This record gives sequence, C-alpha cells and structure tokens, in this order.
Amino acid sequence: MLPKFWRKIRFRYGLIGSYCENCGNYYYPPRNLCPRCRRKGKVKEVQFSGYGRVLSWSVVHDAVENFWISKPYVVALIELDEGARIIAPLDCNPREIEEGMRVRAVFRKFGEDGEEGIIHYGTKFVPIG
Amino acid sequence: MVGIVSYGTYIPRYRIVVDEIARIWGEDAEVVKRGLGVEQKSVPGLDEDTATIAVECAREALRRAKIDPKKIGAVFVGSESHPYVVKPTGTVVAEALGVGNEYFCADLEFACKAGTAGIQICYAMVKAGMIDYGVAIGADTSQSRPGDALEFTASAGGACFIIGRNCIAEIEGTFSFTSDTPDFWRREGQPYPSHGGRFTGQPAYFRHIFMATKGLLEKLGLKPSDFNYVVFHQPNAKFPMRVAKMLGFGKEQVRTGLVVPYIGNTYSGSSLIGLASVLDVAKPGERILVTSYGSGAGSDSFSFVVTDKIEEFERNPTVLDKIRECEFIDYGTYVKFMRKIRR
Amino acid sequence: MRVAVIGVGCSKFGELWEMGFRDIMISAGVEALEDANLEGKEIEAIYVGNMSAGRYVGQEHIASLIADYSGLADLHIPCVRVEAGDASGGVALRQAYMAVASGMHDVVIAAGAEKVTDVPNAVEILSSCADVEWEVFNGANLPALYAMIARMHMRRYGTKEEDLAMVSVKNHKNATLNPKAMFRREIDLETALNSPYVAEPLRLFDCSPICDGASVVILASEDVARKYTDTPIYIEACTQASDYLALQSRRDITTMDSVVQASRKAYKIAGIDPKDVDVVEVHDSFTIAEIIAYEDLGFVEKGRGAELVREGVTMLDGEIPVNPSGGLKAFGHAVGATGIRQAVEIVLQLRGDAGKRQVDAEMGLSLNVGGTGGTAVVTVFSR
Repeated sequence: MLPKFWRKIRFRYGLIGSYCENCGNYYYPPRNLCPRCRRKGKVKEVQFSGYGRVLSWSVVHDAVENFWISKPYVVALIELDEGARIIAPLDCNPREIEEGMRVRAVFRKFGEDGEEGIIHYGTKFVPIG
Repeated sequence: MVGIVSYGTYIPRYRIVVDEIARIWGEDAEVVKRGLGVEQKSVPGLDEDTATIAVECAREALRRAKIDPKKIGAVFVGSESHPYVVKPTGTVVAEALGVGNEYFCADLEFACKAGTAGIQICYAMVKAGMIDYGVAIGADTSQSRPGDALEFTASAGGACFIIGRNCIAEIEGTFSFTSDTPDFWRREGQPYPSHGGRFTGQPAYFRHIFMATKGLLEKLGLKPSDFNYVVFHQPNAKFPMRVAKMLGFGKEQVRTGLVVPYIGNTYSGSSLIGLASVLDVAKPGERILVTSYGSGAGSDSFSFVVTDKIEEFERNPTVLDKIRECEFIDYGTYVKFMRKIRR
Repeated sequence: MRVAVIGVGCSKFGELWEMGFRDIMISAGVEALEDANLEGKEIEAIYVGNMSAGRYVGQEHIASLIADYSGLADLHIPCVRVEAGDASGGVALRQAYMAVASGMHDVVIAAGAEKVTDVPNAVEILSSCADVEWEVFNGANLPALYAMIARMHMRRYGTKEEDLAMVSVKNHKNATLNPKAMFRREIDLETALNSPYVAEPLRLFDCSPICDGASVVILASEDVARKYTDTPIYIEACTQASDYLALQSRRDITTMDSVVQASRKAYKIAGIDPKDVDVVEVHDSFTIAEIIAYEDLGFVEKGRGAELVREGVTMLDGEIPVNPSGGLKAFGHAVGATGIRQAVEIVLQLRGDAGKRQVDAEMGLSLNVGGTGGTAVVTVFSR
C-alpha cells in the first residue's frame, strides 16, 4: 500500500482537486475526466482554498481501524467554497456542530502502516472561529 | 537587508495544568509552580505531530506573506521529535506547502535550538544569493518520562520564519556559542530523554546563553538597554529571568516574549514562539534580542530590528490568541494523547 | 423471450460456524434443484454474485469452485462470478436473466454467496464497497456514510430516530415468522432507541448484521418453464443503474438516483405503476435506506417515506408489505447473497409458499443496492 498512498500525497496534503474549464465545475478528489463534459471537458488541476461549510455529519463510534484511538470522532460532508464536496474528518466538539457551519482545512495525521510503516498525513477540517 | 519576511505559529489546543500532573505523582503542585513559574503546558492531539505542527505554522507564515510557495528555495525543520528517525520531516512540510520540487531541504536536530539553527542557515543562503526565500521551522511534540520533572513542562508547538529580503524585521547580526556539554540527551531507540538534573543549569543553559548573547552584543557594539525586547530559550519561567538579570536586562524586556507559563516548553519552538509573540506587538524601529539554547550544547543569538513593513503585515491571530484558545484535559487523556499508554 | 423462475433455494443466514463457503453454497443450490425438480444436467450456465471471497475466505476463481462442488464440473458449462459490492447478487440475477431473455440459454442458475465469519474484519471488508481511498481512508465507513444520509434526511424532511427504529421493529417482527432468518426475535421501540450509537444518528438496531449465507434461483425460458413447474414466477423486468461511487460526488445524498432510474425503467418495461406492486423486498442495510427506498421507488413522494412506516403501510398486513422476510436487518445481510435472497422471498410470496409471513400478492419487486447507491438493481416479478 506504500505506492498507493504516495501517489495521492499531493492531493491529500494540499487539497488539490480538478476544475473543468469547459463547464466551470470543481471536483474533489481529482478526476481525469469531467463527468459532465466527458471528451469535451478540459480538466485542470486546482488548489482549493480549504474553506467550506458542513452539509451533514456523523459522530462515529464504531471506528475504522486507523481512527480507533480517536473514537468517537466526527466525519462530515463538506461543501468547499469552490463548489466541490468532500467527506473528511472534522476535528471539533460534536455538540458544537451545526448545519452550514464554516470550516477550514488543516494538516493532520491520519494513521500509519503499523508501528514500523509510513505515517499517513492528510487534510482534516476544523471550525472557523 | 535580509531578515524575517513572515512568521507563523501553531500551538495545539489541549492543555494540562501542573496541578493535575502533580496530583498523579504525589508532588506539591504549589512548590512545582513556584519553582518553575509554569502553570500549564500544551499537549498535541492524537492526530498531531511535529510534521503537522510544522505545516500549520508554515502555512500561516505563507498566508501572511502572500508569497508564491514555488519561490521558496530551502526548507529546514528543526526538532528533537521528528516523526521518523530516518526520513525527513521537511519534505512532508514542503509538499504540504506546495513548494514544488526545486528546493533544498534538511531536517535539523540540536535539542531546543534546531529552529534557530535553521534561521541562521536560511540567513546565510539568502545573503549568499543562493535562494530568495528560506523556511526555518522549530517544532516539537516533546517527550518526557512519566513522573520525571520534565513532564511538568515538556509541551508541543512550533513557529515558522520565512527568511528573505524585503523583511518585517532585519537580522542585524547573529552569534553562536557551542561546546560539547551533555546536559540532556536521548539515545537511539529510547522513548524518553534523560538529563543531568541540576547540571542542566549553570554549565549548560546559563553558560551558553550568557556567552552567545555577550558575544553578539560585543560584535554589534550594543548594550542591553539598546533592546526593547529580549527572548531567551524558556524551559521554565525562572531560567530566562535569571539569565536576563545576569546579562543586565530588565524584567520588562523579557516579559512580552515569555510564553512558557501558559504553554510550557515547546523545545525547538520555545524561543521562536517567544519571538513571534514579541513581533505580534513590535513597532517599526524596535530592536529585539533572541538567544536560543539547545542541550548538547549551544546557543544562537540574534539581533532583529523591526522595519516599517510590519505595519501592514497581518499579525492576527496572535500568539496570545492561540494561548487563550484552549481545552483542558486530565492526566489519563494526556497519557493517551502522548501515546504513553498503548493498546 | 419471457423469463421465469422455476426454483429457489436459500441457506440459513447467520453465523454459520460449522459451514464453509462451499457448504453454504451447495446447501442453497441443492434446495433450488429440488424445488425446480431438476436433475442438474439441465443447467446451461451459472451466474454467481459474490463480493469478496478473496478477502473473506482467501479464495478467488469461485465460479469454477462452485461448478465443481455443485457436481457440474463434467458438464463444462460456463460459470461466471459477478461483483458489485453488496449488489453482487442482484447483478448476477440480471446477468442470468439476460442470458435467458436473449435466447442464449434455456435454464440457468443465478446464485449469491458470501462466507464472512472466517475473518475478524468482516465489517471493514464490507466498507470497501464505499470509496476506500476517499471515504473510508477519511474515516467514513458504511455506517458513517448512511448516518450522513440519515442526518440530512432528518433535517430536511423531519424524519425522526423513532421512524428509523420502527423500520427495525417491523423487520424484526417479520423475521420471527421466517425459519431461515438470522434474528427471529421481536424487539420493541425502546430496545431499538436505547441501543448504542454506531454512527450518530444511526444506532445498533439501525444497522443490518453482516452474516454468512447463500441463495439460488433457477431461471428458465417461458418455453421450457412449464416442463419443470406448475407455478412459474415471471420476471417482468430486471434493470440496473449506477451512480457515483462516493457519496460526496452525488447530486443529492437523500436520493439514490440509481434506484430512481432503475425503478422507473423497470416500471416502464413491466408496464406497471408503483401502486401495482403488492409485495417488496428492499435493501435495508441501514434503516434509513428502507425509508429512502420507499421514496425512490415511487411508493410515496420524496421526503415522506417515514409516513409509510409510521402509518403501518409497509407492515406485513399493510397496503404494501415491505421486507416480509425480515429484510437485511433481521434476516441477515450475507453481502453478495442478498440480491438473490430477496428474489427468493418474492418468488415464495408470489407462489404462496411463504408460510406464516404470506401476504396476498400478484406483483412483487426487489431492490438490491451496492454500497451507498453506486449500483441498484430492481426486479419486478409476477405470477
């Protein structure tokens, strides 16, 4: 799984996605083809601002392995200001979350390939303010 | 004119108070607090380490300077808690900043002065015309053996300084004093550092800071009263106050940059977060002295002169804002967060 | 060519400690052959839905394995494994249906099988039918994804935790009447509502249990069906639709467009309206999925799904009984077997062989969903 993680490092660390110059839509994670324009699409890499708002969320008690130590933790469906949506961990008190809450991207540790393996970093979100 | 073009800081939001640690280990909290001048310390969250702290403070610095990350020519991360023993933290940071691939990078380790070592290297590289901008970061999630005196202060945080021309604070001069003094160390494979107890004082901290600072003052022909602010490495609140007095500085000069009572000793971030909190309030023309200390042992001393550019520079959120934004945890949560207990 | 179901078989669903993948598969297969009154050599092809034998039991190439252990190796017939997450069974059914409808084959087997209890991380493996790199890596497993769907549905349409719990209570009640169900135990609303959160707002009783199981249906062309059975059940339509794999890319997470599209097409092909359907099996991997299915299948307008369970419309004695088998929640969710297991139930209901849970029905429908709606298969059956 080492190359699999390495390959996507830029997109995870920097919140880099795609923008189609033909239709003006933004996508995260990045896409090779625009699902609206397909062959007519002109997909370019784009750096997202990292700001967005919460559309929905869950406080997860039955955690996936890498998040086990953090349970309960919050994952949220976030609409980035550019328009793309992302499902990402949200680091905050679960009782403070509201629909539409403004959030911003932060750089955090996601887990590791065991004690001897590489460390996975990526983008999580925190409330603004 | 070469100096600080921008700076950013990061302090994890969790805090543990000295009373809570003292309660667990049967120490008298009041005695500890009086002895160290420290009330509480910052604790990294489960998903934070030196790399994440370094990225967060560097992103703040980049945002404030509005510099294209591609113009950064060198990245140095100084820490004694690099997430990997072999594999640089700096490449993680540079990738997250979007520096590209054409940059020079190395991790630094010199106990608590690895961050200022990075500033010196960047300063030299910019002056030599090798790079336009260099990023120097001091960041740590410092470890301490449960029950050890270090546990009251060893904390987490970091600061990033972007060095270049067209700066908000010019580096007027720098001077280092170094010797082989084993006052504090961590051997390969050991989870916690060891130290020489009271030996970390006079022959280590005080001698090196005193000599580096004195050397800088002599080199620049300046005296303590020429400075508006002075920042020393702050393993506790007492040491910097005492060394200031030894050198002829007043308490008022030290106070603005003294953050250790509220966040503890952030190791490689310690003197740098102190400098950042001074820059948060500094006015054009003011002069700042900073002397770091790293066990092992050495001190880097700097004189900065604040320029007019600081007036339009975005300084919010300030170090003080970050000190205030906190959440208190108990000792059980603390040992879980620090991975002192494992499943 | 019109296609008929001439025989069905289903293993017990649950934690089948004594049975391996082969045993479970064969128990369902033999039952179906007996039900269809086939000797075995009549079978011309096998389509088997299976999500993850490679990870669950460490065995790939299970198509050959199944032909082998079904005693059909010497017939040298084509055997095909189909994978579409937990819609694998439904997709296998559709492949088998097309093989007969096209005139290519006269008698084929559509099967589904999964053995999940040999590994400790069965749930984690199931979550790989969500987007592993961009959902699961980010901490969102299947319960978390359905929880986000549920929260948005609750906030937008006023669906309550009680409504979700009522789905669970209903399906548990139905399962008490089904001898092959995993949980044959009635629960009350309080039990469901007091169960711990798995991923808020979903509780333990909102989540279907992943389990072992296999199911088989035997399809035949209309021409030959009557040779084997007096009670053929006809497949009037079998449609499939896809959507973005990850929830974050969907147009609206409170609607499964794949379900809307597949069902509209199915109604058109079958020449029916949603109101013509008498009995339904839906993919209640989570209780919210059943409520959304009511809406997306067109039984009620968008946002009003909870009303059907509140008013008892979908109960066994209601106007449109949904999940008379006990559903995924109480019958058990044997992943790749589920889509076929749903077809088995509809066939039993239409034949009048559903025992104590029998409802009065002439037209039935099953909905099998993969992941959070990346795949949907809708099948319409009639007497």
